[in-house]
Amino acid sequence: MSTGPAHGTASGAVAAPAGPALPGPEAHVLVGNADLFVNWSRKSSLWYLLFATACCGIELMQAGASRYDLDRFGAVFRATPRQADLMLVAGTITHKMAERVKRLYDQMPEPKYVISMGSCANTGGPFYKDSYCVVKGVDLIIPVDVYIPGCPPRPEALIDGIMKLQKLIMRKKNFGDKA
Amino acid sequence: MKEPGNPVEAQSIFEILKGKFGDAAVDLQAEGFSPAFVVVAPASVKEIARFLRDDPALSFDSLMCLSGVDYKDRFAVAYHLYSMANRHAIGMKAFLPREAPSLPTVDDVWPAANFQEREAFDLFGIVFEGSKDLRRILLPEDWEGHPLRKEYKYPEFYHGIKV
Repeated sequence: MSTGPAHGTASGAVAAPAGPALPGPEAHVLVGNADLFVNWSRKSSLWYLLFATACCGIELMQAGASRYDLDRFGAVFRATPRQADLMLVAGTITHKMAERVKRLYDQMPEPKYVISMGSCANTGGPFYKDSYCVVKGVDLIIPVDVYIPGCPPRPEALIDGIMKLQKLIMRKKNFGDKA
Repeated sequence: MKEPGNPVEAQSIFEILKGKFGDAAVDLQAEGFSPAFVVVAPASVKEIARFLRDDPALSFDSLMCLSGVDYKDRFAVAYHLYSMANRHAIGMKAFLPREAPSLPTVDDVWPAANFQEREAFDLFGIVFEGSKDLRRILLPEDWEGHPLRKEYKYPEFYHGIKV
């Protein structure tokens, strides 16, 4: 596992700046193991909200179907935000939709993560200029952990983004001195 | 197999309307338009629409499309009509003044008009008098202004989010 800043791989997915690095040798052994265990269980059951607003949602469905099989990573969709850990913002967010997105995010239990999938959710994409109704990036509404570029991103890129998020989760410190 | 139907030429439709409604049928725009457009007076839109639907020779039973248009100096509402029975099409157009554009609804002639009138109302601010349900359809209900108007200025923020 890399401790440095995560730079893009083949798909170009870029992880947001992460928290502290892996616990060093000075960390308590028991605490370190507890962190490892909790993070491992969190990253291995990233249930995502069944939520898509545009054509990225088609790629999301494709990634969830048998050919790409997102279930391998423990990521299965849930039809309610109350059972979801991960919000995949797949598609254009309009100002009318923005309030619903915020509400769905608020309904998710902690810990919760957000992946912004595709150019529209990242920056507004093709609607960045001269659009009165599109939100110019979902990070104006909710905090985002991983951005996946593409219009739309292929399922491989989405899987890469989810693996980036799993790496972020594994670096998290939940117990002891949170630094 | 498609029945051939009895299509009527646009020129004849215009003459029928001219004979029936007189000056309410203003003009025929045939050059460069397909289908040709009959320009009508906005106040008579509903009567003409009902006649176009009910007359057996015309029987325009389908409203394909209803659109608002901003021509800078005036607005227009364009209706694209098609007859399933007679296999012919015609356009109908009503020009409206820039100030307070309004005209009678046709949602009791073709029920499908309602959503499209709501869209024209939402984006152009054209008021359809007597409509069953004239609300914004695409934008949030508290949105200010009508974005497809040429003079529309974008708001800086909407509910605290930068536009």
